[in-house]
Amino acid sequence: MHYLLLIYSNEAEEAAMKPAQMTSVMAEYTEFTKSIIQSGQFKAADRLKPTSAATTVRVRNGKVATTDGPFAETREQLGGYYMVDAKNLDEAIAIAARIPSAKVGSIEVRPIWPSQA
Amino acid sequence: MLATLIRLLGDFDLAEEARQEAFTAAIEQWAWSGVPKNPRAWLISTGRNKVIDRIRREAVFRSKILDREIASAEADAAAVPDDADDDTFGDDRLRLIFTCCHPALSSEAHIALTLREVCGLTTQAVARAFLVSEDTMAQRLVRAKKKIRDAGIPYETPEPPLFNQRIHGVLAVVYGVFTEGYAATTGGQMVDAELCGEAIRLGRLLDELLPNNPAVLGLLALMLLHDARRPARVSQEGDVILLEDQDRSLWDRTRIAEGLELVEQALSISGQVSPYAIQAAIAALHVQALKKKDTDWPQIVGLYEVLLRLQPSPVIELNHAVAVSMVDGAARALDLVDSLAARGEVSEYHLLHAARGHFLQQLGRNDEAREAYGSALTLATLEPERRLLRARIASL
Repeated sequence: MHYLLLIYSNEAEEAAMKPAQMTSVMAEYTEFTKSIIQSGQFKAADRLKPTSAATTVRVRNGKVATTDGPFAETREQLGGYYMVDAKNLDEAIAIAARIPSAKVGSIEVRPIWPSQA
Repeated sequence: MLATLIRLLGDFDLAEEARQEAFTAAIEQWAWSGVPKNPRAWLISTGRNKVIDRIRREAVFRSKILDREIASAEADAAAVPDDADDDTFGDDRLRLIFTCCHPALSSEAHIALTLREVCGLTTQAVARAFLVSEDTMAQRLVRAKKKIRDAGIPYETPEPPLFNQRIHGVLAVVYGVFTEGYAATTGGQMVDAELCGEAIRLGRLLDELLPNNPAVLGLLALMLLHDARRPARVSQEGDVILLEDQDRSLWDRTRIAEGLELVEQALSISGQVSPYAIQAAIAALHVQALKKKDTDWPQIVGLYEVLLRLQPSPVIELNHAVAVSMVDGAARALDLVDSLAARGEVSEYHLLHAARGHFLQQLGRNDEAREAYGSALTLATLEPERRLLRARIASL
């Protein structure tokens, strides 16, 4: 089963990290990504630019409205994701728990509808 | 049997359908062919096959997903051998309990699913236990089962080390069912014997499936020792009778004997002590006193202190203070409760204010006692408890 692991953390706190800390977190991410590629669970992953770079698009009554910023102001912001192939929810949870940001933020585990192709 | 069908078919509703079909077929066939050597295995195979046939016949459901499901169900073809025994079925029941108590489900769902699917209560009975309409409970169950399907919650008993984490969730659900029956949080009734009985039955099942587990033994002992006092706990008029005023001759001695044996067993297993076992040991000391003045309060204080180290909680601190008052007097106990109240974690807990009132009353500080009981009254929701508090105020 495929799951999307959405990584939420507080951007302001992250921006306040000292460079040495940031380097060590990045190293943890590299290790983690390598390990799930090796295990065959990795499908995709990306790091997103911060919500200050976000734009929200809504089309109502045929009009395209764009606003500066994320779809909603939240205490934690979406910073990245992993798409993984896991046998069941327990396996997906185990992967999510190893994501470095899980220690300071929240990882939402969302099952993906199987493709109807 | 239901648990095994759930494992084979991967779905609660299909499993129930299969069970119905199986019984119908058994009634028809066993009359002339006789009862098979392993009736349970026959029922399970027959039920499962009928459901799979039905799914296949319904062309509207044909899709890649369903074909994959049928393929894996057929791969389990040898899954119910003729010599399937109590161990196999027991394993499936354990899987079912862990599934119903999976952390990804809400705590409401845990109790609802466990009572419905493991204990076999009707939806109506579960709804009654939680004072919601049958529709509301039915929806709760539907949502929970949908979550299990959509999110891919497995029908598995977790392997160690995950097992050790998850068993605590299961025990918390069982204890939740018991406390709901023992001291319901809303409504006029203080005690629902049926829920207590179901919780104890679950405890016994867990003990059967996980023998010599100190936490399981401790919880079962705790529930038995509490339940033993149930006949003495509520008066004819529905009023609460506190432990110290209960008619001890009404206590169920059989339950007590069993509970005491289990506490001994739980505490004798080496390794980490279970908080349930300590709570059971405290309950044991209470029931072993033939008269309330024989209660070994100093030992109870000591046990509460052990419990606080294992599982610090404001509620346990409060109980500890009450025990301290029996050994060191009301002034010392009041100090403990006041410092607990000062930390602000339990200001909404009516029993904290009731305890303060009780100690203040013992110290002769009646005005302050009246105020404390008053605060308790505004927070208490159960009618019998409210009556007790009003009686206390009147006695000042």
